[in-house]
Amino acid sequence: MSILVNKDTRLIVQGITGSEGAFHASQMIEYGTNVVAGVTPGKGGQEHNGIPVYNSVREAKEQHDANTSVIFVPPPFAADAIMEAAEAELNLVVCITEGIPVKDMVTVKRYLEEKPTRLVGPNCPGVITPGEAKIGIMPGFIHEPGRVGIISRSGTLTYEAVHQLTNFGYGQSTAIGIGGDPIIGSTFIDLLELFGQDDGTDAVVLIGEIGGSAEEDAAQWVTKTNFNKPIVAFIAGQTAPPGKRMGHAGAIISGGQGTAEDKMEALRGAGITVCDSPATIGEHVDEVL
Amino acid sequence: MKIHEYQAKELLRKYGVPVPDGKVAYSPDEAETIADNLGGGTVVVKAQIHAGGRGKGGGVKIANNTAEARSLADEIIGMNLVTHQTGPEGKKVNQVLVEQGVDIDRELYAGIVLDRAVGRNAFMVSTEGGVEIETVAAETPQKILKEWIDPAVGFRPFQATRLAYGLGLEGSQIKSAVKFFLTLYKAYEETDASLAEINPLVVTNQGDVLALDAKINFDDNALYRHKDIQEYRDLSEEAASEVEASKYGLNYIKLDGNVGCMVNGAGLAMSTMDIIKLSGGEPANFLDVGGAASAKTVKQGFKIILQDQNVKAVLINIFGGIVRCDRVAQGIIDALSDLDLDVPVVVRLEGTNAAEAVELLENSSLEFSVAKSLEDAAEKSVAVAA
Repeated sequence: MSILVNKDTRLIVQGITGSEGAFHASQMIEYGTNVVAGVTPGKGGQEHNGIPVYNSVREAKEQHDANTSVIFVPPPFAADAIMEAAEAELNLVVCITEGIPVKDMVTVKRYLEEKPTRLVGPNCPGVITPGEAKIGIMPGFIHEPGRVGIISRSGTLTYEAVHQLTNFGYGQSTAIGIGGDPIIGSTFIDLLELFGQDDGTDAVVLIGEIGGSAEEDAAQWVTKTNFNKPIVAFIAGQTAPPGKRMGHAGAIISGGQGTAEDKMEALRGAGITVCDSPATIGEHVDEVL
Repeated sequence: MKIHEYQAKELLRKYGVPVPDGKVAYSPDEAETIADNLGGGTVVVKAQIHAGGRGKGGGVKIANNTAEARSLADEIIGMNLVTHQTGPEGKKVNQVLVEQGVDIDRELYAGIVLDRAVGRNAFMVSTEGGVEIETVAAETPQKILKEWIDPAVGFRPFQATRLAYGLGLEGSQIKSAVKFFLTLYKAYEETDASLAEINPLVVTNQGDVLALDAKINFDDNALYRHKDIQEYRDLSEEAASEVEASKYGLNYIKLDGNVGCMVNGAGLAMSTMDIIKLSGGEPANFLDVGGAASAKTVKQGFKIILQDQNVKAVLINIFGGIVRCDRVAQGIIDALSDLDLDVPVVVRLEGTNAAEAVELLENSSLEFSVAKSLEDAAEKSVAVAA
């Protein structure tokens, strides 16, 4: 079992004719993901790597019964691409694009309130259910099918965690990069809820970082709902100076809010195992299982 | 992106937000002329740097006449201003804002910021003007009133009115404050600002509502559609090494330690700093070379790290995904062959083709210390830097 994506995922690639979109579409197909169509306005009727291209998401969905889309559209047009996928009522939209203006995402978030579509990202590596479907830019081969769920605000740090899990003999049910932007579609809480209900997940690794209050909110939610599975967490940025944006648009300590210390304390308070060192994520998962 | 107070006020003026009359001066002569044009009476001379706490640091002074305005400008321009936000090294003042003095009745606060938890902008006001809003939030949160803005309908007049009454304003002040709040929000929204802070927002003895100070930050991701705001960027306010790194698409932030680090990915870069600290060392920088980590970016990264004289060792931590580690290793070798390197380098490569990469590094004529794990890498680099 898994969450969000599996072998029944029928994927549309928005921005398939761009260099990033084209490259990663091939990588996803190679992994075994069922890529059914691409969308690039103005290039409808063409084929890209054997995949038919359409002018709109709605058209691609109708022709191929697609249920999911992944977005590789440049920042100025990405918000519109997300809303187009939501308007077509796809179940899931994964937005990889980094650099979308916050104002555009405020509009997107509001638009999604009235749609059935779930958004993951933007500014994220995507979602993978090992052995079934890879929706995004993560290296597929480092993942193994298994029973540990991962939710992370980071990309390469997630690969690091996966690698450590593999060394201890644990695979992943599903690994999700939720994105490093201030406004994202799916939060830790949204996905913890799904992992909680998933019979194929025994434990969850939560990788947070400085900025915002998503980790504190998750800690509160875990306490309130008596979350039924062990969680191992790591927070990146314990040594980050305040007021500086650490690479990700959302990774900034401002006005004394969003420090790693506060987040670690909140998570510990909720009974979550918190790793001080990023090198001990695998070890701690091994301990709780 | 941050801008100066005088630029923020210029922008607010364009949107019809009331601000005191005034202009920026780069010399005592200019300050004198501006003070004279303002009527020759009381003016305020304010140092313009990208940091708060200027008043306490001695960068804001009141002049009773034109001659005093000139001598205060002479004193402040060129001074090294140290505030709690500049760090002990302070910042050099290159210009001052010369502004009409104002008779203050009340000092209030108004601010707009994104509330990340709900994904909407929040308009905040408080009766506690002139105090840092973080202090008010921590000590007397009930004194902060908030209105969240629904992007479907925008900031509504009824919300602005509720805030004005909440501040205890009365009579014609209500109308002035509502107009102030609505135009301030319009300026924030239309310029893709990420923060607008008016602290203090003052009510004058004449009943006017004015922005006595103004701080506006902008969303870097949206600057591409605001050419006019890009012009406000003042590179002398940013660390030279960070500006240079950004030219090469590298994300670099200088820190105070001696272990330089070069990592792919922001989260992994932050955790590499963390594990250096846990191993008993101090990171010299944050550097994300991005997903590709090519020979070119590695080389530029090295140049920037080594400009920092404190650096005694460099740790390269790359998790190869789509980018193969052997390619990255070749990039490191090529880059280092061209540079005259006199600090030890510890390399940790993991992921795609990691074994081939280690072989390449070990067989090269260069001196590398190859680490087996993240922990090993941190310990080795801290040891050689000590």
